[in-house]
Amino acid sequence: MSIGFRGTTLGRVRLTAMERWSSIGLVLLALAVVLVPLFSRADPLAIGDVLSLRLLPPGARDASGSLHLLGTDRFGRDLFVRMMLAGRISLAVGVIGSLLAGALGTFVGAIAAWRGGVDSWARSPRGVAARWTPSAWPSPTRCSPCRGWCCYWCARRSGSRGSARWWSCSSRPAGWAWRAWCAGRCWACSTRAYVDAATALGASSWRVLLRHALPNALGPAIVATTLGVGNAILLESGLSFLGMGIQPPQPSWGNMIAGGRDLIVAAPWVAIAPGSALIVTVLACTLLGDALRDRLAGETGTTLRERV
Amino acid sequence: VHLQRVRAPAVLRQLAGALVLLWLVITVTFVLVHLAPGDAAAFLVAPDAPAAEAERVRRTLGLDRPLMVQYARWLADVLRGNLGESFALARPVGSVIREALPVSLGLGSASLALTFLIGVPIGLLQAARRGRALDRVLTVITTTVYAAPSFWLALALVAVFTYGAANWGLPPSLRLPAFGIHTPGAELTGLARVLDVLRHSILPVTILAAVGAAGIARYSRSSVSDILANDFVRTARAKGASNGSVYFRHVLANVLPPLVVLFALALPGVVAGSIFVEVVFAWPGMGRVMYSAILARDYPVVMGTSLAYAALVVSANLAADLVLPIVDPRRRA
Repeated sequence: MSIGFRGTTLGRVRLTAMERWSSIGLVLLALAVVLVPLFSRADPLAIGDVLSLRLLPPGARDASGSLHLLGTDRFGRDLFVRMMLAGRISLAVGVIGSLLAGALGTFVGAIAAWRGGVDSWARSPRGVAARWTPSAWPSPTRCSPCRGWCCYWCARRSGSRGSARWWSCSSRPAGWAWRAWCAGRCWACSTRAYVDAATALGASSWRVLLRHALPNALGPAIVATTLGVGNAILLESGLSFLGMGIQPPQPSWGNMIAGGRDLIVAAPWVAIAPGSALIVTVLACTLLGDALRDRLAGETGTTLRERV
Repeated sequence: VHLQRVRAPAVLRQLAGALVLLWLVITVTFVLVHLAPGDAAAFLVAPDAPAAEAERVRRTLGLDRPLMVQYARWLADVLRGNLGESFALARPVGSVIREALPVSLGLGSASLALTFLIGVPIGLLQAARRGRALDRVLTVITTTVYAAPSFWLALALVAVFTYGAANWGLPPSLRLPAFGIHTPGAELTGLARVLDVLRHSILPVTILAAVGAAGIARYSRSSVSDILANDFVRTARAKGASNGSVYFRHVLANVLPPLVVLFALALPGVVAGSIFVEVVFAWPGMGRVMYSAILARDYPVVMGTSLAYAALVVSANLAADLVLPIVDPRRRA
């Protein structure tokens, strides 16, 4: 596999075991969440014959002979299919939110590298991260009104079905945008000599921005984006667990765990299945992000996320 | 320790910045909270009550005024030290916060202390043994815990130590309580009461400390590894410094400043950031108060708790700014 940006040629890269397995895992998961709900006969939202179907253990067959790989929940819905449908939302939230943040972060990072003057109002990246990010605000306050407002807006525009998905995508980027931005900026601070060099050689400022600053801000932004996917998924599931995110019957890993909360003794698989999916996905994103950081960003250190 | 090096104008400048930030945060929060659809009146009247009834409640609560007027009134009240009265609880917001804040602070500071006491040594150990078996095992553990959502870990621990312990026939004294801060109905006093609260806090503190320590261990592993690659470490070794001297004099001095900052920034985070754990364990702290207030659109409580939280964040930032020059000589201007 060959990765190369302008200015930083990495040439042919041998993937480490960790990178290989976490990317393979994520790709398989992405395929599964798209394909499984498409081809399954069970409707993950409809409630059928509750009495005969509810809380079947993993691997059980129901009366009609269909296999329930991970068992069923309290309404007799197949957990595996629901989990995959939920995975669509989680992955979409993680990827879209993080990509938006990453794009913004790259852009601002490049501008910072290009025009060092941004430094004067943002003396230290830590100061900026601490003061001017929305993470200074309590997360439920931050998210609930955003979500409520977006739901309201989307419901008026397009019916309520897709709204939950939209709020999650739209309310999260702000926090990560700033983090990606900081990563970009840290990096930009340390290596601005090339900007001076290019300018000294007579390059126009647009050329400096597009050919030098932007490609060089890309590495930290890719890292921040990858790590951000896991964080976004985790936060979305946390809010859904609290009942402030995706609303049932639409499944999300968070609200599926909430649904298994009082069944934790009688039917532990109801909470274990989505929880494991969540951990594996976030773990894969984190490992991939760590590996990419070692490769692309050098010493940017680890960013700490909010506790979810 | 050179406190006199902290120049007064810088402190004043930071203080002014902090106040502006505080105002900004609560103003934006106010707007966001009121932009959310639905309002408190809808939760306070019976579902089948006529529309006029909801309108009357709205007028009593002052919700029929324009947003600017409501904001000005609220801000004026806050400046006079009055946080208003909760819609849903019919109690002054100040007393609600006075009750919940110590509970959260206790939980938060216990878990934060454990977070750093466990996380930093693990990170140091990993960096010192980088690439070896111990490092790999610890990396797997910390990364997995870091990736696990705390509410899910909480459910797992409750399943094992509360319900599981009961199923295995363990006596009640060995089962860990899963809900609340003390045993309901038990009129305990003195030492027994303290022990009861401690027993109730084992599970929540474990979760918060484990998740936090995993993050801190990851952070200190990577920053200590970066420090160990520096020339001054090689110089120290070349001059014959012992391993202990390298770690405790050179590495620790360099890793301490960012950790102090992280500590200060994490302190308010654990107060409201523990909302997931507080909800699972029915822990009557700030996170839970805020959570139920948001669900009930109890604006005064949401605003009051947000204000308390923002004030904590801002003062922690300020403290970090003031402490940093003390632990980091390079920051002394």
